Amino acid sequence: MLMGPLLIGLYVFVLACFVGFEVINKVPPTLHTPLMSGANAISGITIVGALYTAQTAEVTVSNVVGALAIALAMINVVGGFLVTDRMLRMFGGRR
Amino acid sequence: MSEALRTVVVPLIYLLSATLFIFGLKRLSRVRTARAGNAVAAFAMLLAVVGTLLELGWIDYRWIAAGLVAGTVIGAAIAVRVPMTSMPEMVALLNGFGGAASALVGIAVYWVDVAEPGATGTAAALLGGASAVTLVLSVLVGAVTFSGSLVAYGKLSGSITGAPVRIPGGHALHVLLLAGTLAAGVAWCWYVAEPQGGTAVLLGLSAASLVLGVILVLPIGGADMPVVVSLLNSYSGVAASATGFVIGNYLLIIAGAMVGAAGLILTRIMCVAMNRSLGAVVLGGFGGDVGSGAQTEGAGAYTNVRSTSPEEAAMVLEAAQRVVIVPGYGLAVAQAQHAVRELAELLEKRGAQVLYAIHPVAGRMPGHMNVLLAEADVPYDRLWEMERINPEFRNTDVVLVIGANDVVNPAAQTTPDSPIYGMPILEVHHARTVFVIKRSLGAGYAGVKNDLFERDNTLMIYGDAKKVLQDLVAELKAAQAAA
Repeated sequence: MLMGPLLIGLYVFVLACFVGFEVINKVPPTLHTPLMSGANAISGITIVGALYTAQTAEVTVSNVVGALAIALAMINVVGGFLVTDRMLRMFGGRR
Repeated sequence: MSEALRTVVVPLIYLLSATLFIFGLKRLSRVRTARAGNAVAAFAMLLAVVGTLLELGWIDYRWIAAGLVAGTVIGAAIAVRVPMTSMPEMVALLNGFGGAASALVGIAVYWVDVAEPGATGTAAALLGGASAVTLVLSVLVGAVTFSGSLVAYGKLSGSITGAPVRIPGGHALHVLLLAGTLAAGVAWCWYVAEPQGGTAVLLGLSAASLVLGVILVLPIGGADMPVVVSLLNSYSGVAASATGFVIGNYLLIIAGAMVGAAGLILTRIMCVAMNRSLGAVVLGGFGGDVGSGAQTEGAGAYTNVRSTSPEEAAMVLEAAQRVVIVPGYGLAVAQAQHAVRELAELLEKRGAQVLYAIHPVAGRMPGHMNVLLAEADVPYDRLWEMERINPEFRNTDVVLVIGANDVVNPAAQTTPDSPIYGMPILEVHHARTVFVIKRSLGAGYAGVKNDLFERDNTLMIYGDAKKVLQDLVAELKAAQAAA
């Protein structure tokens, strides 16, 4: 059986959804906010897509839009992981 | 060498990155390992970026470098500066940026492959059907995430009213706009063949998606925002996953799908803790707990309610041996955490024991009260969780309920047909005297009457939480000076 990239992608997508469901099971309420924040930082993975779009030096729409996408994704990533760490540091220090 | 790098090494780096994301997320969901889990996920992200840069090879890096540096500096600056009390809105804002990035990647891909070469043909023909469809999805979901998160940010930070905003047309407008956007997406994929037309349709579709995000979140009350943020978080994962399909990158598909699924689970868990259905949250209209017009609706339902003044309450407090404070969303809204600590210290100086009872969903943001009271330097060992404090109420002289409502409603235990029946509550009604500091007799977030207010041992003190607490402090100090 030969599958096109779209079908493989769908297989991967469905399986990854189940991994997500399984991994986040029975989370204590104290962790809801940090977990939400951490997962949010992971969704900044779209940075990879953004990096593909600004590959030349010229001032073009795609490069400007791409650089903006990179910056926004990077704010999401850096801000997200740092903020999560700050929250967890507070909870951790108290246990 | 370069070929082996692109076809073997880089995909293996992506695989390692995906694996570490799973490990990181797993560890994030346990208290002891959460901090390490966050670090693992951050490292996985670094690997992903390094892998992508290796794959791109020797290209011009100036735009990429500009974006990376700007994003890192801004992200780090706001993450370090934001106060702990503003964490909920911070998460909303960052989530919005992630959604915007996914939408912009979709638009940029279209410009690179279609608009800039000036190619003629439908998007499906030029990009491939699957890429075209997922591009529309990443723009649609990404833009909805962006504008919806910004509205949630505004509501949580108080710059937009927390009350539900009625949109003329209501849900019919949502359905109409979504259907129109999807129709535009279909047209864009298969029917629009010339570049100018394609560009116009794609931009129109983006604008419509932005409007959709705004009108979806505006009708939802401020108290429900954490659930909304969790749901939008799930959306941003879906948008990232769609972007993965567009550029054919499995790492994006995996990480995005995991975030999407995890966000959905979290949303469900939070709904269960509030005894609410997700549908009820999304359809909106509730949750105007904070001084909204909806608040007065419940007042007529009460018959036997007694109120008192801060002066009288201060006299009762003076004689109390054990005082338990129940903080709620109203405390956060009134920013009364410092006033409450001052009152507690005064009482302790008089020899009373003062404890804080923390309900799991107090403040509608798990851990919200802990963060708030920690900011006012309330010692952590005075904060007791529900299971621990509930047996103690029988031996408590005075309970001060500050801006909390549904979490102390005995109807959750006594009235089977109440909407909140079955929700675990703080059993404050067992205490000798209960003072409820509240702006008015309005219905709470769940929109139900609170039986506690009609109990014989309950006295209402109407007013802003901070103002009332300051009055209590002044009365106690005056009494002390007179003695």
